[in-house]
Amino acid sequence: QEGIKDGVARRNLSKILIANRGEIACRIIRTARKMGISTVAVYSDPDKESLHVDMADEAFRIGPASTNESYLNEKKIIQAALTSGAHGIHPGYGFLSQSPEFAQLCADNGVTFIGPSPRAISDMGIKSTSKTLMEKAGVPIIQGYHGDDQSVGRLKAEAKKIGFPIMIKAFRGGGGKGMRVAMNEAEFEQQLDSAKRESMKSFGDDAMLVEKYVQRPRHVEVQVFGDHHGNYVYLFERDCSVQRRHQKIIEEAPAPGISEETRRSIGEAAVRAAQAVDYVGAGTVEFILDSDRHEFFFMEMNTRLQVEHPVTEMITGTDLVAWQLKVAAGERLPLLQNDLRIRGHSFEARVYAENPEDNFMPGAGPLTHLSLDFDPASFDGTVRVETGVRQGDQVSVHYDPMIAKLVVWGEDRSSALRKLRSVLTGYHISGLSTNINFLTSLCDNASFQSAHVHTDFIKEHITELFPAKGPPTPEALVQAAVALHFLKILPVDGGAALFADPFDSVKNWRMNYSFAETTQLSANGKVYDVALTSTGDGKFRVQCLGKELVVEVSTDVNDGMLVTHACIDGRMLKSKSVMEDSKLHLFQQDGCVTFEVPALKYESLLATKETGADEARAPMPGVIEKIMVQPGQEVKQGDPLVVMIAMKMEYVIKAPKSGIIKKVAFKTGVNVPKGSQLVYYEEPTSS
Amino acid sequence: MLAKIGTPVDAQADDFQRNSERMQSVVETLRGTIQRIVRGTDEKSIQRHVSKGKLLVRDRISALLDPGSPFLEFSQLAGHQLYGKEEVPAGGIVTGIGRVSGVECVIVGNDATVKAGTYYPITVKKHLRAQEIALQNRLPCIYLVDSGGANLPRQSEIFADKEHFGRIFYNQANMSAQGIPQVAVVMGSCTAGGAYVPAMADESIIVKNQGTIFLGGPPLVKAATGEDVTAEDLGGAELHTSRSGVADHFAQDDMHALHLARRVMANLNIRKQVSLATEKPEEPLYPAEDLYGIVGDDLKKTYDIREVIARIVDGSRFDEFKAKFGETLVTGFAHLYGYPVGIIGNNGVLFSESALKGAHFIELCCQRKIPLIFLQNITGFMVGKDAEAGGIAKNGAKMVTAVACAQVPKFTVLVGGSYGAGNYGMCGRAYNPRFLYMWPNSRISVMGGEQAAGVLAQVTRDQRTREKKQFSTEDESALKTPIIRQFEAEGSPYYSSARLWDDGVIDPADTRKVLGLSLSAALNAPIPDTKFGVFRM
Repeated sequence: QEGIKDGVARRNLSKILIANRGEIACRIIRTARKMGISTVAVYSDPDKESLHVDMADEAFRIGPASTNESYLNEKKIIQAALTSGAHGIHPGYGFLSQSPEFAQLCADNGVTFIGPSPRAISDMGIKSTSKTLMEKAGVPIIQGYHGDDQSVGRLKAEAKKIGFPIMIKAFRGGGGKGMRVAMNEAEFEQQLDSAKRESMKSFGDDAMLVEKYVQRPRHVEVQVFGDHHGNYVYLFERDCSVQRRHQKIIEEAPAPGISEETRRSIGEAAVRAAQAVDYVGAGTVEFILDSDRHEFFFMEMNTRLQVEHPVTEMITGTDLVAWQLKVAAGERLPLLQNDLRIRGHSFEARVYAENPEDNFMPGAGPLTHLSLDFDPASFDGTVRVETGVRQGDQVSVHYDPMIAKLVVWGEDRSSALRKLRSVLTGYHISGLSTNINFLTSLCDNASFQSAHVHTDFIKEHITELFPAKGPPTPEALVQAAVALHFLKILPVDGGAALFADPFDSVKNWRMNYSFAETTQLSANGKVYDVALTSTGDGKFRVQCLGKELVVEVSTDVNDGMLVTHACIDGRMLKSKSVMEDSKLHLFQQDGCVTFEVPALKYESLLATKETGADEARAPMPGVIEKIMVQPGQEVKQGDPLVVMIAMKMEYVIKAPKSGIIKKVAFKTGVNVPKGSQLVYYEEPTSS
Repeated sequence: MLAKIGTPVDAQADDFQRNSERMQSVVETLRGTIQRIVRGTDEKSIQRHVSKGKLLVRDRISALLDPGSPFLEFSQLAGHQLYGKEEVPAGGIVTGIGRVSGVECVIVGNDATVKAGTYYPITVKKHLRAQEIALQNRLPCIYLVDSGGANLPRQSEIFADKEHFGRIFYNQANMSAQGIPQVAVVMGSCTAGGAYVPAMADESIIVKNQGTIFLGGPPLVKAATGEDVTAEDLGGAELHTSRSGVADHFAQDDMHALHLARRVMANLNIRKQVSLATEKPEEPLYPAEDLYGIVGDDLKKTYDIREVIARIVDGSRFDEFKAKFGETLVTGFAHLYGYPVGIIGNNGVLFSESALKGAHFIELCCQRKIPLIFLQNITGFMVGKDAEAGGIAKNGAKMVTAVACAQVPKFTVLVGGSYGAGNYGMCGRAYNPRFLYMWPNSRISVMGGEQAAGVLAQVTRDQRTREKKQFSTEDESALKTPIIRQFEAEGSPYYSSARLWDDGVIDPADTRKVLGLSLSAALNAPIPDTKFGVFRM
């Protein structure tokens, strides 16, 4: 402590530890560096070479991959802070950011927890307490049962009293974890059980509350800030309505279609919420907003910096991490309510390793290729790419599968959205499935463009967002075929040999005639033949989709990617492409188009020995949580066999067919790769 | 100071444009002819072949080659207009050099759409030439077999002699003995004698339902023993890979067989060892297409052979040897795709000095183990009283001795005329160049048609004079015209190439590529020491 001013202790925060990983750790380090603050990173074993470790001034190993032993390991983290001489700990979001115990542990060890008091965290963290407090403070709430009697009977009775559909939520929940909807009484117990398991896993506590489930609501949240001097401000609201799996993927600020009056009243309600718990630092008060009447109800307060805080920064011209650090040091809020204005509009899109076509199933794997087709620095600060990974890094099964946040600012909503689409199509990833194309189609969606958002937006617009796929455009097909041709013959992954023999350099030359080949490419399950005839000097005659085109191609190899300029009938098209197993990813102006290079006939023939589809396999890499069958047990199709945890989400592997279980291949707690056969059936005996 | 040669062309000059147009038309005729040959026989035969799930021979080769590998195909004109009305495109067999699993090798593929892949005399000759190339350059051989065997009506021209069908297997055995791998892929019939191709191979692959190997086919078996048996049961893939052991690998289809062949090649444990001092390859300073306008199609027009060299060698750099001596022969050192080469080119008739210079330069290259390239455009050695007295015969003989004995790889391109002893001194076919190519404007014969007609007219005139008979100008022209016409026809590169007097007719603009690939292929064999015969002093 550096003395007292205005009755508030001034704390030295010239060195801080960031108890987090990934993009948020990097984000915090960047601001700290700007302020002259030294940074200490912590890392688990798989994160040893990651970007946040690279960026920090020093870094401490805190344990193996498992979060319980690393990023949730309070003792190790405190120890690292004390050893490094860090004055404060920034918890980021997730992990320990909302643990009152950890905040207390910091205080006990004389380390400043950069966030609110343990008391404020626990008051807001336990939903039943927070609702009572809010009701007292005059913040509108939704009715529900938040009682201590956690018996299934009582919870069910309360649910019936409120009326289905019902939302079941963990007391200490957040981020969609430990949260389930029961549409009717019949499925109540199953959903309750599942919510409890997940809550126990995530928060070490399985107390549940039930409340009315509001359909077609908007998710609007207000960024608030408090300091040690009793000042509070709201930095306006964000709309995070568009969600999948109850998790946000696209956020914007300000919330579209809100009147100034509503804006002020929701902002003031949020400030009242913060005041009620003597809140200090950055917090977010989440509301459900009625789409039509613009009535809002308190949902919860997140006592930390949110993932989507950059959109608020973009429209207010602030650096919220800098604010956090100043407030934690005992300084006053840099701006007061009267100083704050909204300027323009901002969007954030979260790029996830997941497969939207497979119910947004999270993924993991190597970022074989990651590049930007644009330079964020050339946008005068109106484009931010927040990421914690680089090309070649792994998206691990142990942590959140978010790859990056693309944040843009524009004068108004439509110009911001246009910019968002443009940076999405310029963000190129291969190695794993991402939601980039899905986010792009969101940008293209007319309802989204006219801001008719609500939390069931994706479900409601599913057919528009996943349109039936037609044949590829001839341009895409030609570019893909040409790219495939060059990917086969150019040394993309290594430098060209210093000495090139003519058998290397005289590519595909034929004596007195032109080299020709027919390439097969499949898209959306349909195979297309593309015939290429090389007529010399990078010129090709191409036949596909019943057309014949003359294409002039120049190529370049850049960072493992093939860059192709193809001039088709006088129109120059630029694309980048990369092969990944049998997939050809073509990045072009409309985003990434992926083609499959069909296996040759003999390859398929030889591969038929591979096991068929009617088997219980891991849908993604993860950890076996619970085994629900025994060898010899008879199961019916659809019965749960195994519960897996992956990306901190729970997956029930159901019986693909009825039969008798022969063997379960793994024990609980074991890490299994994607596609592993989990359960074997007895061979059916012929009768 | 780098010795750069060549001058930029004046593309606007009438002469250049006329030359260029005429040469282009010659080249277009060549490409058009080859286009038809590559397309193959009639559509029906091709359809029948493809409908069985079989690939066409050049598609097989493309699938066998490493992605991007060039294919240096030989003698595409083999059999061209050789058998009257019977068309035998490419002689019914495709041969050439390409790279498979990183190894340069000779590929010999039957074209089953041409007379069921049967061996005409020219087919045998082309197959044997490909094996000779493999032997001389130590290149592994891959035989893509799909052949009905000997062409029975022509059996007298293909069976009995030394350089006939049997030689194929003799070569296989002896190349294998020398450690040159022999790989056979049975993709169709392999009947009777043909059965020995896979049977004598080091390793062989056979395609299910397509490949068959037997000494006697079902009709012959039926006739001999009355046994009714299908081709597949008699000699199919299943039988030969699981019971007889005649073949080693079972392939599902053509693509699989070619994939297996690539695996076989990957396990040869061969890496090319080049002992030459290489440099970074560099393109010539001038475009190859200039050659059309520089050379033209009129052999009587002269040009400086250095302009041709400048459009072939790396960076148009040429360190000339003895530039001021025997100026009708140009000799010097250059690099081709980074490999050092010695180049000998004609700039007129050979005099004693030119021949002595040539012999000296060949000795230098053999001493230093530098490959030699001959650019032939030669009417012959100088004749006449002075020349004979000056010992042109013994000096010419020195050059011929040097060429004959030189053990460095030799490459010959006929860029113009190739007549008489000039052909010998400039490494004609008889002097064992590793590869010999012709430009489409070139001519080859013992002497020019006009000269031959002149000689014959003179002999006839002398005879008539002795017999005191008349020899009118009409008589003379009646005698000369057919001779000139015959020499013109027989001196054509098409006539030569149809008979395999060379390894192919090439587009002048491709000369650098063709020589570069040939040179690279030749360097698979170590360069031996040379011992010269007696030089008459």
